[in-house]
Amino acid sequence: MSDEFILQTHGLTKEFAGFVAVRDVNLKVRRGSIHALIGPNGAGKTTCFNLLTKFLTPTKGQILYKGQDITSLQPAAVARLGLVRSFQISAVFPHLTALENVRVALQRQHGNSFDFWRSKSVLDVYNQRAEELLHDVGLSDFAKTPAVEMPYGRKRALEIATTLALDPDMMLLDEPMAGMGHEDIDKISVLIKRISAKYTILMVEHNLSVVAHLSDIITVLTRGQVLAEGNYAELSKDQRVKEAYLGAGHE
Amino acid sequence: MTTMTTSSADGVSKPFIRDEMWAFLIMTALLVMVPVSGIYPFFVMQALCFALFACAFNLLIGYSGLLSFGHAMFLGTGGYVTAHAAKVWGVSPEIGIVLGVAAAVALGVITGLIAIRRQGIYFSMITLALSQLLYFVYLQTPFTHGEDGIQGVPQGMMFGIFDLSKPITLYYVVLVIFLLAFLLIYRIINSPFGEVLKSIRENEPRAISLGYKTDQYKLMAFILSGALAGLAGAVKVFVAQNASLTDVHWTMSGEVVLMTLVGGLGTVFGPVIGAFVIIAMQQYLASFGQWVLVIQGVIFVVCVLTFRRGVIGEIAHYFRRSL
Repeated sequence: MSDEFILQTHGLTKEFAGFVAVRDVNLKVRRGSIHALIGPNGAGKTTCFNLLTKFLTPTKGQILYKGQDITSLQPAAVARLGLVRSFQISAVFPHLTALENVRVALQRQHGNSFDFWRSKSVLDVYNQRAEELLHDVGLSDFAKTPAVEMPYGRKRALEIATTLALDPDMMLLDEPMAGMGHEDIDKISVLIKRISAKYTILMVEHNLSVVAHLSDIITVLTRGQVLAEGNYAELSKDQRVKEAYLGAGHE
Repeated sequence: MTTMTTSSADGVSKPFIRDEMWAFLIMTALLVMVPVSGIYPFFVMQALCFALFACAFNLLIGYSGLLSFGHAMFLGTGGYVTAHAAKVWGVSPEIGIVLGVAAAVALGVITGLIAIRRQGIYFSMITLALSQLLYFVYLQTPFTHGEDGIQGVPQGMMFGIFDLSKPITLYYVVLVIFLLAFLLIYRIINSPFGEVLKSIRENEPRAISLGYKTDQYKLMAFILSGALAGLAGAVKVFVAQNASLTDVHWTMSGEVVLMTLVGGLGTVFGPVIGAFVIIAMQQYLASFGQWVLVIQGVIFVVCVLTFRRGVIGEIAHYFRRSL
């Protein structure tokens, strides 16, 4: 059961002062798959993400991760269990170098992060692993560059390297392709495909060709509810999905 | 775009450790020479206490992104407890200072636990409210002697050998404490803990998503900053030989913001320069009376409008150095 599905939700609901952003969502994410969450604007995709990573607290419902109920955990605790998210706006530490960005993630697992009396040169032991991770996402040349000066696509790659540094079991990517040019999209697509061999990925994405190309299974949300689920071929024939995207009566 | 900070070969920015070392040596040399220079040592000692206060404040705002608008409560608490211990209990100066810092730590734990729960402007407002609360407590409690303050604190013998009533001894004791505290702050900024603090300043949600319990780090930074501000207040007692309400007043909390901004927020040396500039102004423009406040206000506005990085921040930026 929980072996097959790494992440499950039961009746997940979030209300904001009377407005129901996410209603009764039952999600099952298969271990090792790339699962996409799509839907028109305002469908509740990002809210859903925030609920899963506990950046928001659900009004109702239950979240099971590896069979463990994580509904009442703090966001940092969820991350420590290996369920790590990215953000819609690229989430890097702008004034740290690429290497330092990755190193902050590596540092956490080693329990000396409260040592204010030691020199940060004790962190140099993580440099090699950090360089490997940067190499993996094609950022070797950017190791010394402050993240703020990197091109947008590279920042997204850096974000993925930072996430990988935690050695997560599952990654939640919030619109990894948002605001990118074609070239970057291709690069990041290849990267996501490659890392999916080792990790389960749940992503929100607007770019349907990316979704078609990458995902094993797609869940369509509209108005906070699950409309349909299936692979791209199935969904592209689904009349309800077309209506949701193009509006009712569109033929 | 050119890089603002260069980095060492392994990609970790160790920006200009040499520059910082040279700057530190120059600062130390200048301060060591003060007694033979003819500059009024009392003024420099006072400025050093405020410089330490500003450095402690900068640790919080510059490296954790938390704007405390009640930092005078640590300065004042450190001062009152040290003054009381030295005068009434008759303890030696070093014990007095330890007690003053301990009181500031305790205060940091209590106020930190309350304030850290809120972000941004709400954090600032809570710190302001708590420090005002404490101001009125100190106004009423007998041991502070209200408006009079604790006057005539004996300077005594530090460690039984350094006679603090001798101006030259006192000067070097204050200088050594300042330099050690400055080095400690530098170390905190450049420690594994400091790296996490900077990441929280840069992007707190991301730091959380990496599994950091950011509240704990912010609380730790708040306590460390409070302790060092308390140390500044404790040392100041032996310079001024009194502890008064001025040091817990909200205008003091504002002054430390001004010092840090003028010198350069988030720079290592900025708060020191800022403190000297502001204290020098108060000293040498004293003949203008209340107009000093107006001049300070104008400087504040000019600073924010024209050199937002502060004196040291602008110099560092111009020469692409880290100071």
